Amino acid sequence: MILSLEVMLQLTITIPLLAILGIITARKSPNIREAITITASIILLYIVVKLYQSLLSGKTVDVFWWEIMPNLSISFSIEPLGMIFALIASFLWLITTLYAIGYMRSHQEENQTRFYSCFALAISAVMGIAFADNLFTLFVFYEVLTLSTYPLVTHAGTEKAKQGGRVYLGILLSTSIAFFLLAIASTWFITGTLDFKQGGIFSTNVDKTIAGALLVLFIFGIGKAAIMPFHRWLPAAMVAPTPVSALLHAVAVVKAGVFTILKICVYIFGIDLLVVLPTTQFLLYLAGASVLLASLVAMRQDNLKARLAYSTISQLGYITMGALLATSAGVIGSSMHIATHAFGKITLFFCAGAILVAAHKSKISEMRGLGHHMPVTMMAFFIASLSIIGVPPTGGTWSKWFLLIGTMEAEQWALMVVLMLSSLLNIAYLLPIPFHAFFSKALPKDKDITAINEAPWPSLLAISITTLGCLILFIYPQPLFDLATAIIASRN
Amino acid sequence: MISHLPVLQVIVPLMAAPLCLLLKRPQLVWLFSLFASAIAFIISILLLQHVMTSGVISYELGGWKAPWGIEYRIDKLNAFLLLIITAISTVVLIAAQTSLEKEIPKEKHTLFYILYLLSLTGMLGIVSTGDAFNVFVFLEISSLSAYALIALGNDRRALWASYQYLIMGTIGATFILIGIGLMYQMTGTLNMEDLSQRLPQVAQTRTVFTAFVFVIVGVCLKLALFPLHLWLPNAYAYAPSIVTVFFAATATKVAIYLLIRFTFTVFGLSFSFATLPLQGLFLTLGLAGIFVASSAAIYQKNVKHVFAYSSIAQVGYIMVGISTSTVTGLTATLLHMFNHALMKSAIFLALGAVVYRMGTIQLSSFHGLGRQMPLTMAAITIGGLSLIGMPLTVGFVSKWYLLIALIEQGWWPVAVLILLGSLLAVVYVWRIVEVAYFKEPLAGSVPVKEAPVMFLIPIWTLIIANIYFGIDTRLSVQVAQLAAQSLFGMSP
Repeated sequence: MILSLEVMLQLTITIPLLAILGIITARKSPNIREAITITASIILLYIVVKLYQSLLSGKTVDVFWWEIMPNLSISFSIEPLGMIFALIASFLWLITTLYAIGYMRSHQEENQTRFYSCFALAISAVMGIAFADNLFTLFVFYEVLTLSTYPLVTHAGTEKAKQGGRVYLGILLSTSIAFFLLAIASTWFITGTLDFKQGGIFSTNVDKTIAGALLVLFIFGIGKAAIMPFHRWLPAAMVAPTPVSALLHAVAVVKAGVFTILKICVYIFGIDLLVVLPTTQFLLYLAGASVLLASLVAMRQDNLKARLAYSTISQLGYITMGALLATSAGVIGSSMHIATHAFGKITLFFCAGAILVAAHKSKISEMRGLGHHMPVTMMAFFIASLSIIGVPPTGGTWSKWFLLIGTMEAEQWALMVVLMLSSLLNIAYLLPIPFHAFFSKALPKDKDITAINEAPWPSLLAISITTLGCLILFIYPQPLFDLATAIIASRN
Repeated sequence: MISHLPVLQVIVPLMAAPLCLLLKRPQLVWLFSLFASAIAFIISILLLQHVMTSGVISYELGGWKAPWGIEYRIDKLNAFLLLIITAISTVVLIAAQTSLEKEIPKEKHTLFYILYLLSLTGMLGIVSTGDAFNVFVFLEISSLSAYALIALGNDRRALWASYQYLIMGTIGATFILIGIGLMYQMTGTLNMEDLSQRLPQVAQTRTVFTAFVFVIVGVCLKLALFPLHLWLPNAYAYAPSIVTVFFAATATKVAIYLLIRFTFTVFGLSFSFATLPLQGLFLTLGLAGIFVASSAAIYQKNVKHVFAYSSIAQVGYIMVGISTSTVTGLTATLLHMFNHALMKSAIFLALGAVVYRMGTIQLSSFHGLGRQMPLTMAAITIGGLSLIGMPLTVGFVSKWYLLIALIEQGWWPVAVLILLGSLLAVVYVWRIVEVAYFKEPLAGSVPVKEAPVMFLIPIWTLIIANIYFGIDTRLSVQVAQLAAQSLFGMSP
């Protein structure tokens, strides 16, 4: 197959869209429908890997679609940060589809065609975000992502799902319209362009107050990054089926948020400008507060998915913080954390879903003694927890390491303490779950636990792969590290 | 032939109206009206092309020279308006016959088409004429037929709504007439070009001030500027569906055209905005309109009322654009007139389809409609997204220009308010979407089928236009920009 790189880049966005057509055509026979999804995700992964290889060989790819308004165009290009995001998202789409087949069938969910279609649409939007060549393109796909995931969040169609969907859409749309769009329009007005450029697009003599205000608008406007106080949508979105929570709310949607923040910090402001803005310090503390508070809230959650959701909010705070630190190590740590947290958190969500499907349990207090009946799941949960905490032998170690170095480089001692404290809190709210599962006896009211078996094999396979991913990222982090350093390489 | 186009634009529907009487069968009358409207549409395209390539067309009615005889004067501004009006009128007429079947007794169909064509004549006349008194004549033609059209609604409240509109509309028209009379008294001319030459010489007199105020208040009544909007919601809600679509998309636009014509061309920019406090007035009333009407829309039970209030809010956006009194602001205004015509006609036509199937338009009748009328509901959803201002729809284009215009002026608070205003649109649109997609049909309600093809064709033509002109903005932006520039005397 000989395709030009330009065509391949466009295919990353169009393949999921084509998959939707197939999914809808084959809605009558679930087997074909799911085969189409799997095939599409394999092709997508293949193409993204090809593009990755071309990036390594130093080729640049630019695709220009259409100029909507003067200087506002839909265009795409490939750069290292987007590559990290695209690689993770396309790989985990494949794994999640595998998992979803097991989950959705054994859970006997309805409207599965709508489910797989919206899923594919969301992935298409993610690819658009990852490869966007300018802020406008990114914004367009950012909104598409919000809208395409709304039907997934409200999938159950119950009153609770509707309520959750309302919060989800309400916060994400409001922040993006009221703050993000305003910030984009102002940036366009000040600089006359929205292209992502190494070192930023603001000239050095830009009014610091205005640029600082814009930074605040950006950080608040990108609601998907779930910085407090705009984090409420993430717990609300947990009413969605678990595969959705796994891929979208541990990987695609939230990572689209922090990815956007990183992009803006590095390619719109430029880290040299970022350091001197008057609001950066305030936002750093805000991210720090988000990290700590979310961890504290997570400790109080008995619902496993809710606990994981708050844990995600906290971990997203790390990434935002790393971006705002505006040091090389901070940016490297943030970009690596996008990947390592994705693998860790998706594993945890997969486990939560497996427990729900196999044991019909969603409360942590009911999971005592479960380890003997679901050893694979609980072992995976343990390893993924280690990765979130950031201890060897898991990938999370490296990203947290660089984030710590970043706080030192920037001499942000308070934030360094925050990171340490938060890691302790991570231990406190994650590790007791596998611990009690293996070493505690089931509560008397949970006697029926003996009848529980592991989840269906596709789900277990998915869990094993992502767990393996957590370990591999520790042993072999070099490719990820190379990509992350390439983001700021041309600067030095 | 080409040289007579300006007058043919008005004459064709005017002559077609009485001819309808000769064709007895309603179906023939419908086809004939459609034909007449299509001809008018083609003429408007030719006119626009001509104006864009070779500048202003001046046509002397009956061969009398300009200041003495009646002049039809087509420049970029009114060519743009003519295009909007005739395009919408033609597309809407496609659905007319099907819609009327359910809403109006058969024997009144012919009458309906005659009134419709007369109303169209009136609007086209107002827009194409260059003579102030002629404006009044056509205003009465279009208004009188509008009162009758609204009264044809099968709800008895239509009579009351029509009567309200009659009273308010007549006051408005009288005010305009008084204003024109005073201008004539001061200058001895009725030709707009001539007036714009002569008025500055007598600008500082009380009579001219009074004339100005009368004209502006009269026009603002017709365009439903808050707080002069009271006639609009009921008139839109109880009129036959087709009439609602036609008026929502065009009638207020014509009044806004008059406002722009009088303030920018006849009285002149410096008089309107420097001598008089029009800027502050329009800004305040526009913003108040956005918030009051959008909030009112949230609480309506009748879905036609929801979008009627939304129309008043959209007038607010248009007024804010005018109040900047800059080229960008006026471009935003003109763009929004075009874009709003597209979105509101699509939405109201889809509502017409709902009325056709359900017989009512209360929010409660939307329960479960997402499944029963998927194409119609999808159209309402996309139209709603356009109203909110999602990227890739027309709504985004005008919002972007308005934002840039406000930032250009440094009116940051206004920019924020505008964006907050569009969040209210999210609320009132999503209320309908939620009911349609998440509620089960009411117990005891008869399941309905998708709307007939004759509805779906025009609805989806308009929806596709909503998306197409949101992506390919060359036509709308270019014409709006050139028209705005010529109003500021920047280009021929």
